[in-house]
Amino acid sequence: MTAQKSLVIRVYFTLALAILPLFTFAQERNEKHTSLEEAEEEFNATEMIMHHIGDAHEWHFFGEGESSVTLPLPVILYTENGLVSFMSSEFHHDTDGTHIVEKDGMRFVNLHEDIYKLDEGAEVVEFDAEHHPVNASKPWDLSITKNVAAMFLTVILMILFFSVGLARHHKKSKSAPKGFNNVLETLVLFVRDEIAIPQIGEKKYMKFMPFLLTVFFFIWITNLMGLLPGAANVTGNIAVTVSLGLFTMLIMIFNGNKDFYKHTFWMPGIPTWVKPILAIVEGLGLLIKPAALMIRLFANITAGHIIILSLIGLIFILENAGIAGVSVPFALFITVLELLVAFLQAFIFTILSALFIGMAVEEHEHH
Amino acid sequence: MDLITPEIGLFFWQTVVFLVLLFLMAKFAWKPILSSVKNREESINDALASAENARKEMQNLRSDNEQLLKEARAERDAILREARELKEKVITDASEEAKVKADKIVADAKRSIELEKQSAMAELKNHVAELSVEIAEKIVRKELSGKNEQHQMIEKMIGDAKLN
Repeated sequence: MTAQKSLVIRVYFTLALAILPLFTFAQERNEKHTSLEEAEEEFNATEMIMHHIGDAHEWHFFGEGESSVTLPLPVILYTENGLVSFMSSEFHHDTDGTHIVEKDGMRFVNLHEDIYKLDEGAEVVEFDAEHHPVNASKPWDLSITKNVAAMFLTVILMILFFSVGLARHHKKSKSAPKGFNNVLETLVLFVRDEIAIPQIGEKKYMKFMPFLLTVFFFIWITNLMGLLPGAANVTGNIAVTVSLGLFTMLIMIFNGNKDFYKHTFWMPGIPTWVKPILAIVEGLGLLIKPAALMIRLFANITAGHIIILSLIGLIFILENAGIAGVSVPFALFITVLELLVAFLQAFIFTILSALFIGMAVEEHEHH
Repeated sequence: MDLITPEIGLFFWQTVVFLVLLFLMAKFAWKPILSSVKNREESINDALASAENARKEMQNLRSDNEQLLKEARAERDAILREARELKEKVITDASEEAKVKADKIVADAKRSIELEKQSAMAELKNHVAELSVEIAEKIVRKELSGKNEQHQMIEKMIGDAKLN
């Protein structure tokens, strides 16, 4: 009985391992995963986690190899011969750089989600000691990746919620909205009354409301969407947060008034010899403040995803289905925590942006 | 590590998407939403202010009313007091007048009674005198109907006269 039971568990385990989307190894495993030992050797938690939190050229949901359920997305490349585009399905789910796509007389491979243009005659990308490709080049990759597609989804949701939903209600009637629109309006007012007005001040907050509201809801909705199974990790991607941080920095720099720059680069009221030192510190602060925003959002969201994936990965690392009894509730707890973090990070990003903008536009008392 | 190297493509798309989103939301969502919320808040504030005004006016009215009521009550009291005084005065006046009249009537009655009495007495006296005369006449006529009696009478009268 016990032997049978453990066999059943082992079969389940093998199945679970097979279902777990380890795309990078998909083809390899299709060829030769027969024994459990080999499957165990193949499981690499770091690869699995990195794959899940990284960007991809196709939107994979479940399954593996040719039978997987995947949304193909357009690959857009800017090469020296101009723009080239084709659907990601042409790679046939290959991310090992083995499947060559020929387009406009150029040959491309997808190696760990980086797309390389192979030189004449080359079949496989080869690297030198410094990890530079020797027989291929990297074109500018402007593909609509999984993250970009998820971003579009957030945009569509926001337009549906606010433009089609709430704004239309306001056009039609003067009364306070009901139901979901009321929730949205409460959130809009939360951003206005708890973030914008206290940080920027009654006089000037209106100018920055569109940015603050957009950034708040964009981050929040994207964070929440990122918690869905099979969703993209958009706000946990550094390129996304760099872009968002830059917006805050540019708004801060372009809206800074004379007083702000005077206080940044030639602080009044201190000895002259301290002024240059402080100017360097404050000048760096202009960069560090938005950089901190960018890192905070990226790190928090990525860390949350890594924890959940690690807990699930634990089942496979310890080779024991019983671990699921512990790690699944724990992962559930972390997921619920992530719901809070999703809001918190959106709130923190927005309130700090508002704070920095508020500092830049503040009217100083003249001493 | 891949994780902390920003990809140009994603950065590009994020920037484009965010700018487009910012533009669309600012124009078609935030502006109408915020302006109508502001309008609503202003109208709520106006409504509150006017309610406050109405309340104050109400209070003023109520205090006016109370003042009026107080005055009315005072006036009523005054009127009542006056009426009561008037009533008493009327009653006392009337009773005094009545007493005077009654006294006069009584006095008149007494006087007329006196007069009547006197006249009645006078008449009675006359009657009595006449009756006495008649009686005397009748007696005398009877006494003096015979010669003897006349003599006896004269004798007696003379005797009486002697005695006197």
